[in-house]
Amino acid sequence: MSGTQALPSHRWRPSGRKARAILWQGLALAVLAGGGAWLAINTMSNLEERRIGSGFGFLERPASIPIAETLIAYAPGDANLHAVAVGLLNTLLVTVLGIVLATVLGTVVGVARLSRNWPLARVTGLYIELARNVPITVHLLLWYALLQGLPAARSAISLGGTAFLSNRGLVLPAVGMPGGWLPLLAAVGVAAGLAFALHRLAARRQRWSGRRPLVWPWAAGLLLGLPACALAVQGAWPTVTLPQLKGFNFAGGTTISPELTALTLGLVVYFAAFIAEIVRGGILAVSPGQWEAGVALGLDRRRILRLVVIPQALRLIIPATTNQYLNLTKSSSLAIIIGYPDLVTVINSIITDTGQAIECIGLIMAAFLAVSVSISLLMNWFNSRMKLVER
Amino acid sequence: MTKTLVLPAPPPTSLGQGMLVRLRAACFDSAAGTVTTVMVAVLVAALGAWLADWAVLRAVWSTPPGDAALCRAPGAGACWAVVAEKHRFLLFATYPYEEQWRPALACIVLVVLCVASGFRRSWTRWLAARWLMVGWLAGLTTIAVLMWGGVLGLPHVSQERWGGLPVTLLLAVFGIAIAFPLGVLLALGRRAEDLPVIRWLCVGYIELIRGVPLVSMLFMASFLLPLFLPSGLTVDKLVRALVAFSMYASAYLAEVVRGGLQSVPRGQHEAAMALGLGYWRATVLVILPQALRRVIPPLVNTFISLFKDTSLVLVIGVFDLLNAGKAAIVDPVWQAFGFEMFLAVSAIFFVFCWSMSTYSRRLEDGFGNPRGR
Repeated sequence: MSGTQALPSHRWRPSGRKARAILWQGLALAVLAGGGAWLAINTMSNLEERRIGSGFGFLERPASIPIAETLIAYAPGDANLHAVAVGLLNTLLVTVLGIVLATVLGTVVGVARLSRNWPLARVTGLYIELARNVPITVHLLLWYALLQGLPAARSAISLGGTAFLSNRGLVLPAVGMPGGWLPLLAAVGVAAGLAFALHRLAARRQRWSGRRPLVWPWAAGLLLGLPACALAVQGAWPTVTLPQLKGFNFAGGTTISPELTALTLGLVVYFAAFIAEIVRGGILAVSPGQWEAGVALGLDRRRILRLVVIPQALRLIIPATTNQYLNLTKSSSLAIIIGYPDLVTVINSIITDTGQAIECIGLIMAAFLAVSVSISLLMNWFNSRMKLVER
Repeated sequence: MTKTLVLPAPPPTSLGQGMLVRLRAACFDSAAGTVTTVMVAVLVAALGAWLADWAVLRAVWSTPPGDAALCRAPGAGACWAVVAEKHRFLLFATYPYEEQWRPALACIVLVVLCVASGFRRSWTRWLAARWLMVGWLAGLTTIAVLMWGGVLGLPHVSQERWGGLPVTLLLAVFGIAIAFPLGVLLALGRRAEDLPVIRWLCVGYIELIRGVPLVSMLFMASFLLPLFLPSGLTVDKLVRALVAFSMYASAYLAEVVRGGLQSVPRGQHEAAMALGLGYWRATVLVILPQALRRVIPPLVNTFISLFKDTSLVLVIGVFDLLNAGKAAIVDPVWQAFGFEMFLAVSAIFFVFCWSMSTYSRRLEDGFGNPRGR
């Protein structure tokens, strides 16, 4: 009510206003505290009756549950906490995969939806309508059923002879590096850093002289040359092992389980449709005058899009997309309906195992709140960098 | 992505030529455009041909009851027979077979009521609004009588046997109906600047619920509600799902309503105060009608996503439409045809969601036009 403070408004307000405010708030607190105490007393007596202890001690006790897919080593008998960590990592894997792929697909579809090409615009429009009017749960079960209906490994669908799709999942060639990946990764990192510094330098030169020095041949040379040097020094090449059919299953490749494939596919197909609509809306919201001004400056269509339209559209796109990222993160918990061992699935098994429902559900909520808050903070930082600098 | 600026097509001189010009602009405006058109056409043709072959030409539409041999024959396409055989279970689950006309009728009554509430006239004219309220009261009584029975010679059917489409629709309608007033109160509480305690309680509730997945809320209702209540007091699974779903929906609806409250100019509030109205009368008579009307399109969009979210109740074993579909293919005979079954489920969800989103788009167009108000 900061705007009304200039008015002598408090004078004609009923005199008991402040007292009433305190009364109402006190009442609300009392009701809340009373309700909370009632629930707590009930819970205590129920827990006692069922002989369930409380506290997080169970996290250190050995877990009996098997987990099919793990990013870190795990075996039944490890601590429950370890099982929770495995689940959390799986959730993070699906979330990151989903966010990256849905953003790429959504951006492409959103731009294609705006294409002047009628067939392309209609086909992408059809995809958006079909994907977003069906619940994500149905998407997951549909994709999972489709993957399970695929032929057995013996008659797997070959994708160019290098990857195979069967009811055992997607088998990709395994890529290995004798002597470890570290030197190569370091070289790529250094090259990327140098290329970025060159880009900044060129931008500064452009502001100073009005002319932009040619950068990309140097950047390309760095990005290709440095890793090549690293490989030459190490004296080894990455090895690619193609999957081979041995008996009833494949050997030698990296297998992505049907559960992970279905979960990723479902999340990407569903959320890409929403992101596409956001991208489309963002681009449409930039006024046509901006396009015309770009044309008047002699910029071509690609430059107008990159330098004029997209920076302005991003202001609308980023906050809405952040919401979709948060939704995607929360929806990854639906892994439980197709049996992918994410955080929720693992903790659900721990609940049936130990009976510590209160602590376990608190753990799920805390983990998701932490992930959501991290994504929000990251996107807010990105948004503040992209914000229009006003005069 | 051409480098030349495309000028608008010249005005057509005749109908035929105009269509040609339009076709050219829409499909073959440049080399890249032509390539795109050809690629899309090839893709659509290939996919369409495969789909027509699988879903129509080679499809198996019916089989002898309880026998899927025809579907398993080599070269057989989509097995629609599974949907044909299980459609009653999909729609009504374990509701007694001879009585399934009752949930069917209840669904029709509910849909008719929702459609009737969608006409703008029913909330802008007092008389129509009054009739609508009478209609809802009569309709809900009818639905209760139909679903539970026990009166008028209808055999009693207990809640545990409800399932399928009526459960999905009832969860959505009742969940939203309970959540909406809660959401309005939460939104008002969040904006009550001279009541800091209430304000922070509301903010905490809304942000906490929006930060956690619905699955965890449902788990809470399923695992924790029995712990929270005095021993001996048990709550039906459907009611537990409804409690969790309403709590979840109220936080999302509160945020939409808050947007509407923010858009009402402060002068309206001051004018109401000047007329001598107290807080509640000013809010109910002056502020809320304006605020809610402004957020009708985003409200409908939230309803759509909440409707889709009802399908999550399958994680705690409530027999909604999706769970009925999932249970229908547990039968080992039909186990291999889950894809066809879930396609049928998605078709039902699609019809509901797509009609609501089309309606929401029409509302938005209407609200953009000042004469539409």
